[in-house]
Amino acid sequence: MKFPYSQKVLEHFKNPHNVGKIENPDGKGLEGSPACGDMVAVYIKVNSDTRVIEDIKFESYGCASNIATGSVITDLARGKTLDEAKKITWKQASEELGGLPPIKAHCSVLAVEGLRSAIKDYEEKPRACNRERAYHRRSYQAEAKACYEPPYWP
Amino acid sequence: MKPYFFDTYAVATSEFGYSMGIDAKEALARSRESIASKLDANSEEIIFTSGSTESSNTALKGVALALKEKKGKHVIVSKIEDFPVLNTAKALERQGFGLTLLDVDAEGSVDLEVLKNAITKETVLVSIQQGNQEIGTVQDLKAISEICEEKDVLLHTDATHSFTRLPLSVKELPVDLVTISAHTIHGPRGIGALYIRKDTPITKFMDGGFQEFNLRAGVEDIPSAVGFAKAVELVTEEETRRLKAMRDRVIEKALSEIPDVVLNGSREKRLPQNANLTFHYVEGESITLHMDMRGFAVSTGSACFSRSLEASHVIRGIGGEHERAHGSVRFTFGRYNRMEDADTAIEAMSEIVARLREISPLARK
Repeated sequence: MKFPYSQKVLEHFKNPHNVGKIENPDGKGLEGSPACGDMVAVYIKVNSDTRVIEDIKFESYGCASNIATGSVITDLARGKTLDEAKKITWKQASEELGGLPPIKAHCSVLAVEGLRSAIKDYEEKPRACNRERAYHRRSYQAEAKACYEPPYWP
Repeated sequence: MKPYFFDTYAVATSEFGYSMGIDAKEALARSRESIASKLDANSEEIIFTSGSTESSNTALKGVALALKEKKGKHVIVSKIEDFPVLNTAKALERQGFGLTLLDVDAEGSVDLEVLKNAITKETVLVSIQQGNQEIGTVQDLKAISEICEEKDVLLHTDATHSFTRLPLSVKELPVDLVTISAHTIHGPRGIGALYIRKDTPITKFMDGGFQEFNLRAGVEDIPSAVGFAKAVELVTEEETRRLKAMRDRVIEKALSEIPDVVLNGSREKRLPQNANLTFHYVEGESITLHMDMRGFAVSTGSACFSRSLEASHVIRGIGGEHERAHGSVRFTFGRYNRMEDADTAIEAMSEIVARLREISPLARK
């Protein structure tokens, strides 16, 4: 029985890795829409010192390609720095899965966009949750400055 | 069918020829008669084709070409027709015909008033299916045929999914053309037929020799025709009742046991073998793959599943948003299903849908 999907894709589809939400994620990306029939949400927890992705989870609404690439993206990105993770391409994800049918390329692009979107979300948002640490530790002064409006900064 | 592959493998000759050819011809004639009688038609009104697609192409293009000079260039089809009718009508439109796509209501029924108003002096053909291939809704052919007869317009109906499961008599209904196929009733793939009422103006679609009463050229597919006739004979009312019971079981179980599910198509005016439900917040292709792993073959209106990568035009046609199409699953029953299959199918769906909802960003948790 020859499926258009490889064994690896089917494995990731049946038992996707890192499924779920992260409470208070450091970054969140949401790509696609129900109208498209394809949607991926990516949640990341980032170590602000090392900029390493310490935890990553995903949710998916979509076909087998969509679920499988979401899953494999979380494997590829975990433990990488943000800069390394930004460089992950859908081609890499596809190769990691043993190839995807070309017609399904658009599904897998979504997972990569979701990851990049989560990283962007982290990089662009003010570090409000680090406020306390920022206040007390010199090394975070630059970040802290961004959190506080000028009148509050001593 | 086997004897016609290996023993009586001759081409069907006319009555004057070698004996094997005559035998082949007789087998074809018997098959034709068998199918004709199921529709209350005469033998000469049935031509064999390569399937529903060719039958519908022949009906639409054949009538349109025959009448475009004499009568007009307007064709009416319902919005939720299957592709052979819908896309053939669109092809006619590209060739200069006027096309009206009839809207349907939320259950998929054609509005009779709208139909009445859509017919003009230039209308050459109305094509409305008997039962929908996806959501199973059954049209009121009696009323539709009366309207068309009164307005003197030819009526074609695609009965691919309803033939033998629903009553259809061309003696009782003034229908002029009927498309039927073998594959929906456990017959061989690649054979269908078209009923053409006597004296219906129609040009030939397949030009060439003089087979099929000079209406459709080509060496006849005798084994398949024999198989088609046999398939028709094997369908019984008792079997259809069984399928209906399974269909009802699936619908009731799904609606009562799984949350966030809606029925697509009419509950009552529905093909006996068809159930179609949308499972919210999850996607159809994933469901189909999971079901296949558990031994069930189902179908879905999701874009990812179709060859055209577009969400089902039928679900969209009844006013459903894209998500409703993406989450839709069609269950159809056949001779070899048992009531337990209805139960185990929904149990499997319950687990699959729950699992996929855990993964989905849309589901309420």
